[in-house]
Amino acid sequence: MMTSPYPVATIIGILVAALTIASGLIWLERRLLALWQDRYGPNRVGPFGLLQVLADMIKIFFKEDWIPPFADKAVFIIAPAVIVITVLMSFAVLPIAPGIVVADLNIGLLFILAMSSLGVYSVVLAGWSSDNKYSLIGAFRAAAQMLSYEVFMGLSLMGVVLLAGSFDLVQIVEAQRHIWFIIPQFLGFVLFMIAGVAETRRLPFDLPEAESEIVAGFHSEYSGMKFGMFFVGEYLGVTLISALIAVLFFGGWLGPVLPPVLWFLLKTFFFICFFILLRASLPRPRFDQLMNWGWKAMLPLSLVNLLVTGAIAIALSPGRSL
Amino acid sequence: MLSILRTIWDVFLHMFHRRVTVQYPEEKPYLAPRYRGRIILSRDPDGGERCVACYLCAVVCPVECIALQATEDTSGRRYPEFFRINFSRCIFCGFCEDACPTYAIQLTPDVEMGEYKRPNLVYEKEDLLISGPGKYPDYNFWKVSGVAIGGKDKGEAEREAPPADLHTLLP
Repeated sequence: MMTSPYPVATIIGILVAALTIASGLIWLERRLLALWQDRYGPNRVGPFGLLQVLADMIKIFFKEDWIPPFADKAVFIIAPAVIVITVLMSFAVLPIAPGIVVADLNIGLLFILAMSSLGVYSVVLAGWSSDNKYSLIGAFRAAAQMLSYEVFMGLSLMGVVLLAGSFDLVQIVEAQRHIWFIIPQFLGFVLFMIAGVAETRRLPFDLPEAESEIVAGFHSEYSGMKFGMFFVGEYLGVTLISALIAVLFFGGWLGPVLPPVLWFLLKTFFFICFFILLRASLPRPRFDQLMNWGWKAMLPLSLVNLLVTGAIAIALSPGRSL
Repeated sequence: MLSILRTIWDVFLHMFHRRVTVQYPEEKPYLAPRYRGRIILSRDPDGGERCVACYLCAVVCPVECIALQATEDTSGRRYPEFFRINFSRCIFCGFCEDACPTYAIQLTPDVEMGEYKRPNLVYEKEDLLISGPGKYPDYNFWKVSGVAIGGKDKGEAEREAPPADLHTLLP
């Protein structure tokens, strides 16, 4: 097990980096969406409009933080914090580079899956405590969607675990020294990508907050910094899933010439951009379509993927014969 | 499934397309000469006010943003004593221009009239009057009209026949 020589510095570094990237995504997403829609996006505030992030943050900090009188106050306040905490906890086991990881857990992958499951509570509690029918519909949708997509999200990763022989993310990266898992686990990658989009509730799977149907879904009643927390949580989620794809299927920090951290960041950035491209190009499915794909297509496919990977792994393993 | 990938690829290619945004304060869009922007009052080719204070613009205005008061000069020619347009109400529909019998009131391709204070959007006659004839350079109402004013009697203007002698119409 690798541990960082400067644990506190690593913790603060990863925390600051994750939050900076997440807030920078506000700007990046708007610029990229504009790029793919033949516009410019925010380009007035500071160089390339970069200070737009600062302007947005100042705005959201000074907005009225209003709690509706009919809301369940305590739960209403806790809900937005839950999502940020659970996503940030996941960053703890994410290996950035050799030696740069907060907690090198031997069940790191399970920990991340557990944390992303806990994240559902945030959405459900927010919708429930708002005492608003749109919020409640959004929360129900979120609960159903995230439960059904979590099932094959975990299963799609089992192929990677089989090949690496470990739940430890550092070990998984090390196992990709010869070949990235994207090649033997292409189906697993596609399935995890789709599940990841659904888990972060990003378009095209943003049914819990579908603004053209149910106002803003689970966060209809939220304003000010509490809404900002959901926002930051969503962008942190996007960063986390992108980083996970890079770690699990694209060899994490492994790569020639450039320093490991840069490789990791480049790969993560690529998938963040892909997430935004998905948002720019795809329409939102109906809810029953979403459920059908989840249970009737994705789940069987991930089971097949696991079975075939397992069979090949047994067939190729030395000292075993069928 | 293939169509989804195709869509993603096509959207990605939009990266290399030309931007449709006009970077407004630096580059300005082309506004046609007949664009319905800021309203002005124009003058005859010989420099006199065209407006004859007939109130048609004020009547036709759907938001009632035009106010004026008619008066006469020494030669018996009508003109507005004051003429006021409240641009915070104006919807730039151009009805006043259509209604005007003398081409006096015209809409121009100027839209940049932002103000910090509402009263600054109320334009008086001296703000509205321009020195030239606007979109109709050769038109002179009094020279084609059938009205007698100081210096021009009925039938003396261009394209104007002398009035019929009523006595010749008797049986």
